[in-house]
Amino acid sequence: MANDTKRVKGDILLEIKGLKIDGKSDDQWKPIIKGIDLTLRRGEVLGLIGESGAGKSTLGLAAMAFARPGCRITAGTIVFDGMDLTAADEAQKRGLRGSRIAYVAQSAAASFNPAHRILEQTIETAITHNIMPREKAETDARDLYKRLQLPNPDTIGTRFPHQVSGGQLQRAMTAMSMSCRPDLIIFDEPTTALDVTTQVEVLAAMRNIVEQFNTAAIYITHDLAVVAQMAHRIMVLRYGNLVEEAPTREMLKQPTQDYTKSLWAVRKLEKPESPNSDIVLSINHVDASYGGKVKVLDDVSVQVPRGRTVAVVGESGSGKSTLARAITGLLPISAGDISFNGKKLSRALIDRDRDTLRRIQMIYQSADTALNPRQRVRDIIGRPLEFYLGLKGADRDRKVVSLLESIELDETYIDRFPSELSGGQKQRVSIARALAAEPELIICDEVTSALDQIVQEEILKLLMKLQKDTNVTYLFITHDIATVRAISDEIVVMHKGKVVQQGLKSKVLNPPYPAYTELLLSSVPEMDPDWLTNLLKKRAKA
Amino acid sequence: MNLVLKTVLQRLGLGLITLFAVSIIIFSSLQMLPGGYAQNILGQGATPETVKNFNHELGLDRPATVRYVEWIGNAVRGDFGNSYSGTTGTIKRSVSAIIGPRLFNTFFLASMAAIIAVPLSLALGLLAALYRNSWYDRIINSVTLTTIAMPEFFIAYILVFVFAVKLRWFSPLSTVGEHTPFLEHIYRAALPALTMTLVIVAHMMRMTRASVLNLLSSPYIEMAQLKGASKAYVILRHALPNAWAPIATVVAFNLAYLVVGVVVVEVVYVYPGIGQMMVDAVSSRDMPVVQACALIFAATYITLNLLADIISITTNPRLLHPK
Repeated sequence: MANDTKRVKGDILLEIKGLKIDGKSDDQWKPIIKGIDLTLRRGEVLGLIGESGAGKSTLGLAAMAFARPGCRITAGTIVFDGMDLTAADEAQKRGLRGSRIAYVAQSAAASFNPAHRILEQTIETAITHNIMPREKAETDARDLYKRLQLPNPDTIGTRFPHQVSGGQLQRAMTAMSMSCRPDLIIFDEPTTALDVTTQVEVLAAMRNIVEQFNTAAIYITHDLAVVAQMAHRIMVLRYGNLVEEAPTREMLKQPTQDYTKSLWAVRKLEKPESPNSDIVLSINHVDASYGGKVKVLDDVSVQVPRGRTVAVVGESGSGKSTLARAITGLLPISAGDISFNGKKLSRALIDRDRDTLRRIQMIYQSADTALNPRQRVRDIIGRPLEFYLGLKGADRDRKVVSLLESIELDETYIDRFPSELSGGQKQRVSIARALAAEPELIICDEVTSALDQIVQEEILKLLMKLQKDTNVTYLFITHDIATVRAISDEIVVMHKGKVVQQGLKSKVLNPPYPAYTELLLSSVPEMDPDWLTNLLKKRAKA
Repeated sequence: MNLVLKTVLQRLGLGLITLFAVSIIIFSSLQMLPGGYAQNILGQGATPETVKNFNHELGLDRPATVRYVEWIGNAVRGDFGNSYSGTTGTIKRSVSAIIGPRLFNTFFLASMAAIIAVPLSLALGLLAALYRNSWYDRIINSVTLTTIAMPEFFIAYILVFVFAVKLRWFSPLSTVGEHTPFLEHIYRAALPALTMTLVIVAHMMRMTRASVLNLLSSPYIEMAQLKGASKAYVILRHALPNAWAPIATVVAFNLAYLVVGVVVVEVVYVYPGIGQMMVDAVSSRDMPVVQACALIFAATYITLNLLADIISITTNPRLLHPK
């Protein structure tokens, strides 16, 4: 354990000056971090925020003097507690890592070694660095588990990573990082992979323990509302440059840069709801399961009005994606029925005729895997035109160009491969492919979850515009309440395979709530830096 | 643990079914061989009459299904019948008596090669992973690739030339008998064991290297590095425990080869193993011996693969410790 008397709050712990990092892509070194200064004092939590590619993880790892394979630090100094890490040798850096500077990764499930027990991994650094004897480290780990409010803190360490839930694993990883009482912890998107209701507990546990031990931290995230709860000070990064830096409350009250303001954008997007009694898709008492044992859908009934957007919200495992598979026929339902335009749909995909297939299209979360990397945009969009509408040759190409226009891409994109498109453009092509079939219903399965905030906003705006133009119906599956607020007319809340609540947006998002809706909505982080504190107080009272 | 036991029993059952299917394939494909023991032994001048009598004596004039059932029924009880060629007049030699010492020699040689080759290739593979893209890595890769690319007999002759002819450390002939003392046996089998080691090391070593390297981009490996673990520690403690399954599969495959694929090496060193005997038995159409050998080979493959499966299961905590 580090010497406690040395831990005077306010002393400079980490100072990075003029840091430049290059990354290798296509055999060329390109700058990822373009000269950043950063100062962190003892006991301070610094938030690093930015979109993907902003260089925030690279910067966080650089604080440990670690560069991922394919990255190299080219200029600048990293001084940690008086020691220049850029000049230190490997052994010195290894001595710091894990013991004085610790790391909490995004996906605890992937970052715990599946072959070793949790306790073994928690105390690993303490043992290998000879910081404390095994027995003491084990006792201390159990104490940390208790402080982080893990269930069965005395025995949970004997379990293997796959035997505990994601939220628990993330807290165990926080315990692991705390094991040697480091001076600094790097949190790299530690709650991004978690459900909102789990996120609250993990955030509270992490904030609590950092305060208890007066540990300095760098908190990396793309979610402004989350960082507002955790950080004393926020740095906004973009393309490897610092955009803006300010204490948290100041930053939230008056962001000075346009880019920072734009990060708020999606949260402000909101469409007025409009009811419609003409039902295009009617799901009645549907059950479905994988392999028959556990019902993944349990007596689900949903009515989808024509030309509107119905948002299906729920956490992972709530059955929302299974619902999409049941509607499309990919997963034949085991009970109930689904009617489309008043006609019953065959349960299995294979029994449906081509025209029915055409009318229901799907857009997936990851355009990277949903688009064939070896096909050009011409063929990706052209294929459904041929298959459903029988268009060929010049007719087909003309239609592809007009579809490209409708997704706001010009005709030069027609000969590109998916790898030559940005993430947002790929998702646009996926949308065009679905539109090509001239469907009545498009099922959107987490279509914006993998995208950055600003791109999300563009995609959502595009979807709304297309709905206005073609009167297409969306069934929009998401876990993100902000997105639901932005685009839906009606909302279906799902939990453990059942529909908890459904109705117009104004009804579902306003009290009185059923208990689960209440929990779900109250767990969505808000921009208010006191949100988490207030929420915990409120929940403690109840 | 229950789950593991269940899986192992399942695999064992599956292995037995496979063995049974293989026995049918062996038996029926041997029926398709042109000629027979009678024609072979009696020569070109044999009259159909004598061939017929001869076959009758051996019971070969009965239908194939009857003979198969009789053979497999006895084989299950450990009786592989009598060798045709070992039978003169009333003296019969059982297949087991003929195969036994030969089989011992083959397993002796295979074990020797395995004891050298498996630890060697694991160590070389791990070192290659640790120092990947270094000079060591490149040299070890090209050397092992060269040895695997050369035919076994060629390697054998080179070893004979160097160690037997030039240096005179070993005898070029590895003749052993039933009464050869243990250490003497090891000494005589050294060159063939070394030959086989050179042949199989490359495959196992490259698989070890590849499966370990394959894991090095995993987040938990990066996490281990960020916890201040050294390179060697990361590979041994964090990568290797997750790499056993593919390594075990390749090791099993190569060990099976040591038993069933060594006839060339045996011939070069005149080592009295089972491979050479099987080739002789095929050419003289001594079916009981051929069938027994083939069945032993099949059983070897199945057992070793079963072992590899068990290793894969027991090194996977998801299976060993279910939720």
